[in-house]
Amino acid sequence: MGAGIGLFIAVFLACVVEAVEATTIILAAGTARDWRSALTGMTVALVALAAIVAGLGPAVTALPLRELRLVVGALLLIFGLQWLRKAILRASGYKALHDEEGIFAAQLADAKSAPRRRLGSVPDWYAFTLSFKGTLLEGLEVVFIALTFGSNAHNIPLAGLAAGCAVVLVAVVGVAVRAPLARVPENTLKFAVGIMLTAFGMFWGAEGAGAHWPGSDAALLVLVPAIAVFAVGLVALLRERRNRTQAPAPARESVPATEAG
Amino acid sequence: MARRIKAFFAFLYDFVIGDDWRIAAGVAAGLAVTYAVSQTSVPAWWLLPVLLVFLLPASLWVATRRK
Repeated sequence: MGAGIGLFIAVFLACVVEAVEATTIILAAGTARDWRSALTGMTVALVALAAIVAGLGPAVTALPLRELRLVVGALLLIFGLQWLRKAILRASGYKALHDEEGIFAAQLADAKSAPRRRLGSVPDWYAFTLSFKGTLLEGLEVVFIALTFGSNAHNIPLAGLAAGCAVVLVAVVGVAVRAPLARVPENTLKFAVGIMLTAFGMFWGAEGAGAHWPGSDAALLVLVPAIAVFAVGLVALLRERRNRTQAPAPARESVPATEAG
Repeated sequence: MARRIKAFFAFLYDFVIGDDWRIAAGVAAGLAVTYAVSQTSVPAWWLLPVLLVFLLPASLWVATRRK
């Protein structure tokens, strides 16, 4: 039960972050260019993703569990540590905060300056491509998270449900406000997702390498809070060091939304 | 074609390795040591948590040292 809740929360939070980034790109393409082309790009990308899931899903579940846990655990641990590293640097003021409004403004400016070109039934090819790429790239991350978490935990339906809930929630809010989801506490979410990915990656990676955790799945209930406390402690240490050196805080960061973390 | 292959590998490197290659290298080494220890009678589960305690601060130290 506890592992199921942990699985749902981890997949849901990770997918919310990816969905927010995809929504920002689609909104920029629709607002600056053409809604029909942007929504067509999104729909085609979703169909492509469904085909990838149909192809990859059975293949992933057919892999031997130990090898799967080793590979997935290693990847999740690397991703988790990267996310956590960035989140700690942001929280301690060493790296600019991720700014969804700034990203939206930058995407909007780029989209407005590109020439308009019709291709077949798509009125604006630029809006279609921008939306398609954003949805496909972020969607692939959602698919990867849901499939790997689900297959490792022997519960793909629950992981799929968590991913679906996240995507639907963000899509509904995005359509309702038709503005960048700046109020989503994305930096806090990324901190939490970094902790979850690191904990699950460590757990599955070690099991895949042949180790046995004391308490089996219950070890996750210790790993998650322990990593959280450790990460918060590192933020406090870096903040104190930063205050001592009195370095100015960096401006908010408007990186392309497809950049991980 | 060569440009596309190069771009794909650059994307893959950025996706998997990210900003600090030491993290990926450390995780690979940690898993290799965990596997080696798990083949003995010594428990191996504690190796990755210990790795985290050293690897994450080391990566942060490198990142903040440049600032």
